Formats: sequence, structure tokens, C-alpha cells
Amino acid sequence: MRASKILELVKILEAHNISEIEISRWGQKIRITKNENRGDIAGTTVTATEAVRKSIQHQFVEVAGIAEDHTAVADENKDGGVEIKSPIVGTFYLAPAPDAEPYVNIGDHISIGQPLCIIEAMKIMNVIESEVAGKLLKMLVDNAQPVEYNQTLFIIDPAG
Amino acid sequence: MIKKILIANRGEIALRIIRACKELGIPTVAVYSSADSLSLHVRFADEAVCIGPANSQNSYLKQSQIISAAEVTNADAIHPGYGFLAENPDFVQMCEDNEILFIGPSPDVIKRMGDKAEARATMMKAGVPVIPGSEDVIHSVKDVKKVAEHIGYPVILKAVAGGGGRGMRIVREPDQLQDAFSTAREEARTAFGNPALYMERLIEQARHIEVQIIGDNYGNIACLGERECSIQRRHQKLIEESPSPAVNENLREKLGKIAIKAAKAVGYSSAGTVEFLMDKNRNIYFMEMNTRIQVEHTVTEMVVGLDLLKEQINLANEHHLPKWLKKFKLRGHSIECRINAEDPYKNFRPSPGKIVAFHAPGGPGTRMDTHVYAGYEIPSNYDSLLGKLITHGSDRAEAIARMERALEETIIEGVSTTIPFHKAILKDPSFRSGDLHIDFLEDFKFQ
Repeated sequence: MRASKILELVKILEAHNISEIEISRWGQKIRITKNENRGDIAGTTVTATEAVRKSIQHQFVEVAGIAEDHTAVADENKDGGVEIKSPIVGTFYLAPAPDAEPYVNIGDHISIGQPLCIIEAMKIMNVIESEVAGKLLKMLVDNAQPVEYNQTLFIIDPAG
Repeated sequence: MIKKILIANRGEIALRIIRACKELGIPTVAVYSSADSLSLHVRFADEAVCIGPANSQNSYLKQSQIISAAEVTNADAIHPGYGFLAENPDFVQMCEDNEILFIGPSPDVIKRMGDKAEARATMMKAGVPVIPGSEDVIHSVKDVKKVAEHIGYPVILKAVAGGGGRGMRIVREPDQLQDAFSTAREEARTAFGNPALYMERLIEQARHIEVQIIGDNYGNIACLGERECSIQRRHQKLIEESPSPAVNENLREKLGKIAIKAAKAVGYSSAGTVEFLMDKNRNIYFMEMNTRIQVEHTVTEMVVGLDLLKEQINLANEHHLPKWLKKFKLRGHSIECRINAEDPYKNFRPSPGKIVAFHAPGGPGTRMDTHVYAGYEIPSNYDSLLGKLITHGSDRAEAIARMERALEETIIEGVSTTIPFHKAILKDPSFRSGDLHIDFLEDFKFQ
């Protein structure tokens, strides 16, 4: 790994609330740890794992609700919005068909029960409906990306 | 050629499978519930997918989520470990329908051996000695009475959909039959969704002897020696060893022949175990067949010198059974202690919580298969197995001495463990002389 790349990672560590970054790619692996009071081991581990997975590996987005018994899993987000999370594992699609318009766009006002996206799992297209009403603040997954259970897909501001 | 394996399990066995995959150069995918995000199997796998909430029904047992996880990661094979979906023929079928290779036998074999009454019938037809009992499912108290009079008391009623020591009722007198029959049916219905029962003569002071078998996809089966698993508490194995102190070379050969006959009768492939009961006169009777890798596969690995998980994966990859497995000698003696997060001083009450200090033993002939570490929070949603401590020695005495030394060295603080219980058993003179039977712990005085 080039020295400049390593320096970049160190800067990321220092600038953000992360204690450790580990990257594994093409057989190469690097782990950088911030030398500070480690405190709660479990807390440190969580931080490292999430940071690495979200910023470096995949663009997972949360999914909300499924065709089955699922309701959109909505969680309070510290930024004031409600996180809409995926209830299943599958592939995330922004629109009902490849050439169709996306279900929603950032800034849209969302109503309860409104379709937000599709998550395809085992050849079944599950339409995810919103459990909250509000303004769509963020979309966190790109089209055709895989998503896992509890992954945050959208952030809706109920006050918006 | 398998390109990527998804491990449909958790805890120590998930780690075990990942280890085999790493050595074979096969990328791994771990699946986990939200309660297991900090588990070691998640960290050691190349990729990990969260598949559901803490409760197993909606995560580790949720077939659709597991198949989805294989789809999004492009895993072309699934290793089910033990428990969970390992012996679920519907899941195996779902894998096949989705063109995912299931590392294990075919759904048909799993189904046939999963129904314990049918397994008995199949074995009887193949000429494998079975425990005297009902030919098939017993439908009424009248049936039970008739069979009991024929085979003699005491008898044991068992659930056909059960296994692993669950759903059983002992009857010693004819007047207990009615009650036992109705309660056993109810329990079976609740626990396994199927009230059907079969029955066997109860073999008192029996020894639990099981044989490890392994087969390729071409009909070749090898026998990898026997294990003695008589030290059980409420039908759950606590200490296992290989070879059995009660089995000599002649008996070993006989057991091997019978086990291979049983396996060939159902067209078995992959790893499996044929379980027998041995009575005081060294007569052996087929009890059940487990169509999966087992917890105690480790002691067989130690005395045979084979990595069973790697072998399982190779066989699933269409390899032929290695020729040397047709004829080899067991080497030395191996013992395993299952260490559970339970308090032996408080009737084995489960002890979930955070492990604040952890140190695994080391040294010659010492192996620890565990998923725990210092700082790990044991979730309360799953079984209490913390890890398996395995020792190997040139003979049984050395294996015992090593186990005692290793148990002394093991540090697990923050939760209660069954280590003190294991230490006490190892000191017991009957245990040390190899005088074992499945009621051993019934008469065992602890503390």
C-alpha cells in the first residue's frame, strides 16, 4: 500500500470519531489503531466494525417493510430524522422497473403507507412502504445494491 | 468448484467452518442476528450479512433470509454446521432449488434418517441390529401395552420427530403406560409439531457408542472410529472421548462394518454419525443416525489425524474419498469437555453475561474450539456452549492428565462455567477406570 494512502487513512482516523480502521483487499490487509484510552472494549469494537463496513466496503442501505409480516422499521436518528431500516436481506431498487421513475426523491413529502423502494429477495419483489410521514432527507443506498437486515435505507424528517 | 461458502450458523461451529474454508482458500460469508454483531465468526469471515433479530426463528432459522444472503453475496455453497437448519430437508431442497450446494447429504437421506421410526425400520430391513421395540409408530395405549409385553419392561417412549435426547419418557410398570403415553404425545406435539411416538426396550446402564462415517458422492464410505459419549446430563453430552475404553479391536471392526452397512443402506454421503447403545454384554444396537457434522467431531479428528470439516468440503467438491481412510489405525486417545455458561452449583442455571477475563490453555495435545473472548457479551438467546476443550494423549491416562491440567489453566471470568463440574468428573475413580454408562451422572455426587 502506498505511503500516501496510509497517510490518508490516518487522517480519516484523526478527523473522525473512529479508533481503528482495518482494510482487506486483494490479499493485502492493513489495520490502523488510534492510540487512546480504549475504555469499553465492546464499544471500541463496534465503532471500528461499523466505520470500516460503512465507509469502505459496501454501500448498504436500510430497507423498510416487506411484503410479508414486516412493517418498516423506523428508528430515531440523532440528526432528528427517523431511520427507515431494512427488515430483510436482498437487493435494493429505487424504482418499480428498470426504466421507470424512482418511487421517491430527496425532498419529497412522504405519507404513511407510501411505497419507498423495492427489495428483491429470492425473485420476489417486496415493496417497502413508509411507516412515518415527513420529508425525505436522505437516501443511503444506491440502486441495485445489496442490503442486509436493519440496514438504514432512508432518513425521513417527521417535522418536515 | 465451490467458489464461496456461506456458513448458516453461529458460535464455535461457525468459526470452525470458517477456519477450514480459510485453509482451503475458499472465501466465506457469515450470517448473523442483531444479537451476534460482535461475534467472532462475523469478524473472521470475509463478508458478513445481518439476517434478522435476536430470536433464532427470525434469523438463523429463517430459510428465506439465509438464501437471500447467499444470493446477494454470490455464495454458491452453504455449510449448515449442526443444529438450526442442518437436518432440515426443506432447507436442503430450497438450496437445491436456488442452485446453491448444500454441504451435507441429500434431502431424501436427511428426511429418512430424521424420522426416527422410519430410520429404525430402514435399519431393520438392512439387517442392522436395532434396539428391540415397536416396528413403527405406536398409535394407541393398546399398541404400547402389546409391544411392552413382547419386549419386556422397562420401556422408553420416544418422539419420531425428536432426537438429540429430547422428547422421551421411561415406563417401568404397566400402570404408568396410559399417563406416559398421553404426556409424551403432548410434549412431542409441542416440541416438534408431531405427536407420533415409537418405543424401545430401555437398556439399563447402556453405553452410548457412536461411529463417525464419511462418504463421497460415488458411494464410497469410510468409518473413522468410534466415540464414547456416555457422560450426559439430561441426555445432553458433556464429555466425549475416542476411542471408547469399552471397545477392543474386534468390536471396533464389527461396529465399523455395521455403521458402513447402515450408511450404504440409505446411500449416504458427506459426514455423519451412527449412534448405538451397547449393553452390559457388549451387544450393540442401532439407536439413531445424525446426518450432520457433530459437536464432538473434534476427538475423532485428533485420533485419526484428519480435518473433518475440510474433508466434508472437499467431498462436496466432488473429490473421492482419500484411499488411506479405508485402512488406518487410531492414534492415541482424545477427550473433549463441553464448557457451558451454566452454574453447576446452582443446578446448572444458565449464566449469560459479559466475559471479563479469558485465557485459553495451550501446550502439547491441547486444543480449544471457542468463539468467546475477553469483553464478549454472551447473548441469552442461544445455547450455552462457551467452547470445547479437547486434549489428546498417547493413551487415555495421558489424555485425562492433559485435560485436568488444561482445565486448571483455563480462565473464564465474569460468568459461571461448568469447568468445576468437569474437574470433579475427571477425578472420579469410575470415570478414570473407564467404567461409564449413560446414567453415570445420575449417580454422580457433585459438591
